[in-house]
Amino acid sequence: MSQRLKVLKTWKLYLNGEFPRTESGRSQLIKDRSGKPMAQVCLASRKDLRNGVSAARKASLDWEKRTPFNRGQIIYRLAEMLEGKTNEFVELLAATVPGGERRARKEVGAACDRLVHYAGWADKFIQVLGNANPVAGPFYNFTIPEATGVVGVVAPEEEPLLGLISLIAPPLCAGNTLVAIGSSQHPLATSLFGEVCATSDVPAGVVNLLTANRDELIPVLASYRDVNAIHAAGCNLDQKTTLENGAAENLKRVKVRSLTGKEWYDSALCHSPYWIESFLEMKTIWHPSSAG
Amino acid sequence: MKTRPVDRVATDARAASFQTRSLKKEAKLAGLRTVISMIDLTTLEGQDSEEKVRSICQKAIQPDVHLADIPSVAAVCVYPRLVGVAKSALKGSSVKVASVVTAFPSGQASLQTRLVDVQEAVDAGADEVDMVIQRGTWLAGRRQEVADEITAVRNACGAAHLKVILETGELGSYDAVRAASDLAIQAGADFIKTSTGKVASAASLGVTLVMLESIRDHFLKTGKKVGMKPAGGISSAKLALHYLVMVKETLGDDWLDANLFRFGASSLLNDVLLQIKKQQSGAYTAHYDVSEA
Amino acid sequence: MNPTLKFKDAWGYSPAPETFAVDIQAQYGLFIGGEFREGVEGKLIPSLNPATEEKLFDFTEAGSADVDGAVKAARKALPGWRRLSGMERGKYLFRIARRLQERAREFAVLETMDGGKPIKEARDIDIPEAAKHFFYYAGWADKLDFAFPGRTAKEVGVCGQIIPWNFPLLMAAWKIAPALACGNTVVLKPAETTPLTALRLAQVFQEVDLPPGVVNIVTGAGATGQALATHPGIDKLAFTGSSAVGKWLAEALAGSGKRHTLELGGKSPHIIFEDADLDQAVEGIIQGIYFNQGQVCCAGSRLFVQESVLAEVSKKLQLRLETLRIGDPLDKNTDVGAINSKQQLNTIQGYIKTGKAEGRQYHQGGTGKLPKKGFWCKPGWFEGVQASDTIAREEIFGPVLAVMSFRTAEEALKRANNTPYGLAAGIWSDKGARIFEMARRLKAGVIWCNTYNRFDASSPFGGYKESGFGREGGLQGLRAYLEEIS
Repeated sequence: MSQRLKVLKTWKLYLNGEFPRTESGRSQLIKDRSGKPMAQVCLASRKDLRNGVSAARKASLDWEKRTPFNRGQIIYRLAEMLEGKTNEFVELLAATVPGGERRARKEVGAACDRLVHYAGWADKFIQVLGNANPVAGPFYNFTIPEATGVVGVVAPEEEPLLGLISLIAPPLCAGNTLVAIGSSQHPLATSLFGEVCATSDVPAGVVNLLTANRDELIPVLASYRDVNAIHAAGCNLDQKTTLENGAAENLKRVKVRSLTGKEWYDSALCHSPYWIESFLEMKTIWHPSSAG
Repeated sequence: MKTRPVDRVATDARAASFQTRSLKKEAKLAGLRTVISMIDLTTLEGQDSEEKVRSICQKAIQPDVHLADIPSVAAVCVYPRLVGVAKSALKGSSVKVASVVTAFPSGQASLQTRLVDVQEAVDAGADEVDMVIQRGTWLAGRRQEVADEITAVRNACGAAHLKVILETGELGSYDAVRAASDLAIQAGADFIKTSTGKVASAASLGVTLVMLESIRDHFLKTGKKVGMKPAGGISSAKLALHYLVMVKETLGDDWLDANLFRFGASSLLNDVLLQIKKQQSGAYTAHYDVSEA
Repeated sequence: MNPTLKFKDAWGYSPAPETFAVDIQAQYGLFIGGEFREGVEGKLIPSLNPATEEKLFDFTEAGSADVDGAVKAARKALPGWRRLSGMERGKYLFRIARRLQERAREFAVLETMDGGKPIKEARDIDIPEAAKHFFYYAGWADKLDFAFPGRTAKEVGVCGQIIPWNFPLLMAAWKIAPALACGNTVVLKPAETTPLTALRLAQVFQEVDLPPGVVNIVTGAGATGQALATHPGIDKLAFTGSSAVGKWLAEALAGSGKRHTLELGGKSPHIIFEDADLDQAVEGIIQGIYFNQGQVCCAGSRLFVQESVLAEVSKKLQLRLETLRIGDPLDKNTDVGAINSKQQLNTIQGYIKTGKAEGRQYHQGGTGKLPKKGFWCKPGWFEGVQASDTIAREEIFGPVLAVMSFRTAEEALKRANNTPYGLAAGIWSDKGARIFEMARRLKAGVIWCNTYNRFDASSPFGGYKESGFGREGGLQGLRAYLEEIS
């Protein structure tokens, strides 16, 4: 009996709830640690980035209007689906990231827990970060945090899954929509995460994922006027400067994290409402109070 | 005229609560038949021709060849140019001819032109006319002018009954819908109607509830009964039944009658027929089990 | 001329019974240390369906030895439970929430059969809100250090919890979820007439592998509750029920060092200004006093209508009552179900008699043929009630509304606050400034503006004055389950 020929997988981008190829026609060959070719991923272009931002902007009105409970439910569902795909993620990660299956399994578990953590913030961060203000006058006054809008994410090269999710989940739970550039060296985790999003009731356009040459797209994202904020990690000084420079174009809020290695697994560092706060605007409302 | 405030959140919650009513068996069948008897079967397309109208008139009289005990619909609704054709095609039946008038759907023409439009429809034999209010005038704050125009159309109608379309999707708030409803009723409307069906935002349970409440207050104060017609966006039998529940529990038994409640719809009729067939045979239907008008 | 609307039977709704099949055991034991076991003394209590008066099942009455066993099991489970990281504890709670969502329909039918509330309410409110409560507090489990700035969160220990019969599963969720999220273990006593959904919840705990002893359920009547409340082995008591029992408990716990929170009764004012959306205000009145047959601690049972619109509101209220359907709670179109017990029905009927004796005219409504058996009370309202009437002062806990009038906001405030209770209040007005000022000056823990009886896991709930102390829900709801933060 002869071996069955396997059907090879074509990896595509995840944009606006669908899986299109890159409009540039470019692809990148991924080799496993032994040098054997294992997959072709799309090498996204600036136009794909543009399509992602456009989708994120369109989706942002609805995503922000949803109840915090609903957003929390959807992010919890992401955790359910990610957990369910553990073996597939482990296989992809172990193939290219040094440390083998054991390290990969640890990374996937931590990524699931990170999603669970931020799912739980969706209907609580307002209670911790917002407040009523005791102004000196017959007025009610309260400060309510709101999502800033569209957030661009630049994921780190190491911890390609955990890093990506750690940068996406905090802005997401607050009502922001995302366009994320995944790790260039280990892009398959990003591609597979697109499948997780597609099966988790995430509305089209709320999360958009690109596999690309980071250096090519970082300057484009940095100066993109329809992006409100940037969440990045694993950037050297040049990349950080590019991001902050470009952001000045429309005064984006920029947060570049300098976590490395084990720090990504430290919940004392990574589980915090202040990771969300960078992607919020504080709105203060006054209203008079008088019975007559 | 003092306007009644409408709390939108509370109103929408009340409207949604009617959707929790569960209608089974006899209640469902009876409701579906009532829905058919209340439909104004509508065709208002640039493409409408004499043959198209004749086809829809036949469907109006006899919605289904096989089902017994199916009433005719209440009326056929067309543009003024085709009123005469409809009138001939419907001769001898109980189905009325309704015409949209006053430069439908936008209403953006001089009052004189709009009144001529009404006259032509009435002269051609329309039993009912559906006018649009001038939204630009309303939004500019000239409420009395809108009322005067309604009264002018009312006078031009003669014996035909007048429906006033508020185009609720353009008015901006439930408060405005309530104020426009009160105003239209005062100015002589026999029916108040939600929409032209030509803009994205058409009838909804919430907006309809606001209008039913206006009718209720008018009745409790004066004893006069005004009718109501939601139009556009009601294409499922299930939703139509929820509208009927809302009418029944807001205005009571008297309004469960084609003289006081209509549905402005086109594809609704076939969905209701398919539901009746399923109810009676027990099997889910195929899309071709009903005729296309 | 007095035109009026006809709500008769031009189009009757056919019966629409909920047909989901449920499995009710003939007999239930106590849930202690992760398993069901018989009571030491072997005493059983029957539970009836209040809509039919039929016996549904027998359950075990926990004696002092059983309560002792449950407290010991909770104590034994505490070190392991508190040692888990917040993330791990949270994940157990997320599992419970998910399971409640999956089995929602089953729980709704059980709740209706055991307690008498309409299936529509159990299905649309009780069960979903219970699941949401578990979801909400699941998310707090690993975030406690952010809840109280400058303080490190530490659990209280073993919590005794006693809950009422009006929202059996929801009250169980309100108690268990925050306690567990904060690292405590629990001994819960459901009400005597409604233990069923708590017992089914115990099966869910088994299904999600909750460590044994983290939650224990001791069923029984007053004696069981007393044994639990006064047991020296609990670190804290949470009680929801009548103000009379609440005061008794506060006395019993004096000097014991045990922390306690009490959520008690109310006689909540519902205030309608002339500039309100009157049609929706009438909906608010209905929600406020006829939801769950008025058996709600925060029911809007004292209606204050501005005199200029009293006639209109009264007329619309009476018309609205004609569309309230009373009858078989398992029928999906029923709005008003059965009263929870014969005892409660007698209490309500006693108050109706008193109100009439004190000279007030009583109007009743509700449509539908009442079954021959079962405990039924048609929804009604008293006209022209005065502040010193018995029915204006005392909590009735039934579908009976006292209607009064006022002329100015100052007068409304004075009358509304003139009560030993302070649980909730409702205000209807179209003017924002008035809403905010009335809310500021009303002495009540929950103030509903242009709405009523809205609950959310993230929204703190609890009363002023003799309606009790402590808050459940929201960030403030964590306080009771964390070591004294001082």
